[in-house]
Amino acid sequence: MDTKQIRETIQMVAEDHLDIRTVTMGISLLDTVGADVNDTAERVYQKITKYAQNLVAVAQQIEREYGIPITNKRISVTPISLIAGSANEDEILVLAHALDRAAKEVGVDFIGGYSALVQKGFSHGDLALIKSLPRALTETDLVMSSVNIGSSKAGINLDAVKLMGETIKNITDKSDTANAKMVVFANAVEDNPFMAGAFHGVSEPDVVINVGVSGPGVVKRALTQVKGQPIDVVTETIKQTAFKITRVGQFVGSLAAQRLQVPFGIVDLSLAPTPARGDSVAEILEEIGLEQVGTHGTTATLMLLNDAVKKGGVMASQQVGGLSGAFIPVSEDAGMIDAAVAGTLSLAKLEAMTSVCSVGLDMIAVPGDTPATTISAIIADEAAIGVQNNKTTAVRLLPTNGTKVGDMVDYGGLLGIAPVMPVIEKSSADFINRGGHIPAPIHSFKN
Amino acid sequence: MIKAVVTVVGKDKAGIVAGVAQTLAQEGANILDMAQTIMDTTFTMSMLVALPQANDFNAMQQALETTGQQLGVTIHVQREEIFDAMARV
Repeated sequence: MDTKQIRETIQMVAEDHLDIRTVTMGISLLDTVGADVNDTAERVYQKITKYAQNLVAVAQQIEREYGIPITNKRISVTPISLIAGSANEDEILVLAHALDRAAKEVGVDFIGGYSALVQKGFSHGDLALIKSLPRALTETDLVMSSVNIGSSKAGINLDAVKLMGETIKNITDKSDTANAKMVVFANAVEDNPFMAGAFHGVSEPDVVINVGVSGPGVVKRALTQVKGQPIDVVTETIKQTAFKITRVGQFVGSLAAQRLQVPFGIVDLSLAPTPARGDSVAEILEEIGLEQVGTHGTTATLMLLNDAVKKGGVMASQQVGGLSGAFIPVSEDAGMIDAAVAGTLSLAKLEAMTSVCSVGLDMIAVPGDTPATTISAIIADEAAIGVQNNKTTAVRLLPTNGTKVGDMVDYGGLLGIAPVMPVIEKSSADFINRGGHIPAPIHSFKN
Repeated sequence: MIKAVVTVVGKDKAGIVAGVAQTLAQEGANILDMAQTIMDTTFTMSMLVALPQANDFNAMQQALETTGQQLGVTIHVQREEIFDAMARV
C-alpha cells in the first residue's frame, strides 16, 4: 500500500476538481429509419431507451466504488439529418422531441447529434434540420446540435456559413441561452464525447462508450511545484500530469464499457474548465508566467499546453480521440471571464488562440445587435483556421438581445457567466452575401 | 474478493481506529494493511481491506459513512484498482 499515491489521487479529486467530465454512449440510428417521420421517431426512442437504460446507473456505481466523479452522462447519436432525409422543417422537429424524451427517460444530462454535415453542400434533410434549429433548441431541454460547415478535404461551404449566421440570430430571438446548445464546426470529429458538438459518426460501430476526462486544476497544481524553472520542465510536468489524468479516463471508460457490455471507443483527454475557481485553463497559462490570460505570450503558452496534454495522454490510453487538448470557453472559465472583464482578452486574441488550442471560439457573448453577416464572417475566419491547418475549429457565439459591450450575462450552472465582448463594427456583408464555396486548400490533395 | 482502500481524515480523538475497525469487522472486511499518522492535530489513516464479495461494497461504504459521522471524521472508500491505474503502466 503506497500512501503517497493514495493521498495524491484523493487530493486530485477533492481539491483539484479532477473528474471524468463525461461518459458518453454513442448510438447509431442508421437502422431506425421508418416509413414516415413518426415511425422513425418511435424507433429512435425505442433504440435509445433500450441501449442506454443502464448507462446512468452503471456510471453512478463506478463513481461510488472508485471515488471519481463522473460529472455528466451523455448520449450521442447519428447526425439526425441523415435519418430524416425526406423530412421537412416541421417533421424533423418530431425527431428532436423524440431525442429529448428518450434522454429524459434514461436520465442522461444531454443528448447530442441533432446535427448536419454540410461542408460540401446541403441535402434536403440538412436544410430542414438547420431551419428547425430555433424551435428545436427552445422546445427541447437536453438536445444539443452541431453543424459542420467546412473541412480540410471539402473546403468551406459559404452558403452554410451565411445560413448559420442567420440561424444563430433567429435562435437568439427566441432565447438568450439556446445558442449555448449549438456549435458550428469545421473538421468536426466523429467520436467527440463533449457537448454541444458530440455526434456519433457514420463510420462508428452500432454502439460505443467514449469518455472525456478533465482536470485543469490538477495541471495547475503540478505547475506550482516548478515555479521559475525552464519551460522544458513545464512541458514535462504537464505531460506527466496528463498521463495520470488520462489513465483515470482509460480505467473508468473501459470499466463502464465492460459493465454495459458495449465496445470501448476513445478517451478524449481535454482540459475542460468549469466556472469554479481552480478549475480553469486560463489559470494554467497564468501559472506558466502570464500576468493575465490574453496578454502577449498567451498563444505560445497555450500551444505548449495543448501539445503536452496530447503527448502525455497518448501513451496512457488505448485509443485517444475526440478533440483532445485544451478548451478555451470564455463563460465557463473563471480566469477567462476575469481577463475578458479586464479587457486583457479580446476576440482577436481568442481567434489567434484557436489556431493552437483543441477547438475554437467558445461561449463568447457578443452584443445582441451584431449583424448576422458579422457572425457568419467570424465563423468563416474560424473555419479558415481549421481547414487550412487540418484541425477542428468551432464557433459557439452567444449574441444576447438588449445587451451592450461590458454587460454581464448569466447563463446558469456549468455554462457560467460572460461579459459581452466587442466585435468589429465594419461590415463583412458583401463577402458573406456572395455565397458559394471556398475550395479545399491545395495541401489537402494528397492522393 | 475485492480490495478497497479506506482513508480516514479528521480531528484526533480516542476510539477512531477501534470504531472503524469494528465497522469493518461487522461488514466482513479483512484488514490487510494500515498506515496511520497525526499531521498537526489531524488524524489520517489509510487501510487496505479485502471484501469477500463485490456486492458487499455499497453496504460497507454506507456503514463506514455512518461510523464517520458518529466519530466526526471523513471516511472515503475506493476500490484499489483506481490507484494502480493512475500510477502504474
